[in-house]
Amino acid sequence: MGRNTTIVRANYGIDGNSEFYSHSLKLWEDMEQELNYNTMMSQRGIINLFHSDGQRDAFAKRGNMMISQGDDAIMLGRDEIREMLPYISYDNPRFPVYGGLYHPRGGTARHDAVAWGFARGADQRGVDIIQQCEVTGIDIENGVVRGVQTSRGPIRAKKVAIVVAGRSSQVAAMAGMRLPIESHVLQAFVTEGLKPCVDHVISFGMGHFYLSQSDKGGLVFGGDIDFYASYASRGNLHMAEHVMEAGMALMPMIGRAKVLRSWGGIMDMTPDGSPFIDRTQTEGLFINCGWCYGGFKAVPGSGKCFAHLMATGDYPPAASKLRLDRLARGHVIDEEATGSQHNLH
Amino acid sequence: MRITCPLCGDRDRREFYYMGHETYLNRPAADAPLSAWDAYLHLRDNPAGDTQELWQHEAGCGAWVVVTRNTVTHEVKGSELAETYPREART
Repeated sequence: MGRNTTIVRANYGIDGNSEFYSHSLKLWEDMEQELNYNTMMSQRGIINLFHSDGQRDAFAKRGNMMISQGDDAIMLGRDEIREMLPYISYDNPRFPVYGGLYHPRGGTARHDAVAWGFARGADQRGVDIIQQCEVTGIDIENGVVRGVQTSRGPIRAKKVAIVVAGRSSQVAAMAGMRLPIESHVLQAFVTEGLKPCVDHVISFGMGHFYLSQSDKGGLVFGGDIDFYASYASRGNLHMAEHVMEAGMALMPMIGRAKVLRSWGGIMDMTPDGSPFIDRTQTEGLFINCGWCYGGFKAVPGSGKCFAHLMATGDYPPAASKLRLDRLARGHVIDEEATGSQHNLH
Repeated sequence: MRITCPLCGDRDRREFYYMGHETYLNRPAADAPLSAWDAYLHLRDNPAGDTQELWQHEAGCGAWVVVTRNTVTHEVKGSELAETYPREART
């Protein structure tokens, strides 16, 4: 896990996703106690702004799905939003603010603290983490996994799990598998530290722009993927410009802040934008991938559900629909409603 | 990044729409087995290296172009019009 935009939320609208993220958020709420590590979990609330009747109705449907999971979702009108977010642009002619879907239990957590917390937790539970060790092959005999080959020698194992995000296709190929994944770059940005000015996580309904303020004071924000396949871990200017334009359209007050750093990573995009937690055709080989750009909030749920599957052989209810063959069966989990194309989600 | 349109020359990436791998050109027969349709729509080699992909010169001439590009360096190595790009035999 490297950098990310730190958002934690359970506001998905489709069966298969909805119960998973609900489960994951509950695990986030106990995580600091369980790991004995301060991950700076901040349930400051997330607000998804909407800008038309149709978008409002779509968010209302999503809110009802959240409530059906036992999670919190509140529809706010324009005036209520204005009381909470006085600094956003209300009368943008193209995207006037109609209101927002408010999820109070959503928020942020410190990305690197989570990694360190899990490292501590793993160490305390007797897990060996071997660093600087690259898997170079997967050993399979008669359809059964036997272990892996690495840059530091072979490791025999009865069960092998692949959880490598943007590099899933490369590792799965070692087991003779093709995945429904196309790897893309997502950029994100941080400004210089500012006095507290944004108290929530805010998403702009024009597209994918979203922003929050870290405890160090920097505004952390991002937008769309760059839209073409990439393993370069660096983004292009066209999307950087688009993200800055979106930020200026939504909250012009941030215009004078200096962007301190930007980065890009490798996203494992899927044809419906939703992930896979499943066994494979090779006995003992399991795969967890396809989180696209939304894996951070999934971290505890993904780990727990995957461990459950590997340990028991059963699919846990929270992840029972995230199967590798769901696309072939027609069980598409398409939150964006943009259809079957990897870069549209 | 510049994409070479065979009709218009090197143009800024912003003038193009990206669809995905050139696999999209090889649509299975209507009665092809499910596995062929699943592979066509969903499964990808997804290489870290040279690949062939479909771009449309949307803000220019509108042509669909098969571009050979490296996904690690983003170097554009070649392009040709999709209409004359060799197709796989339909199965």
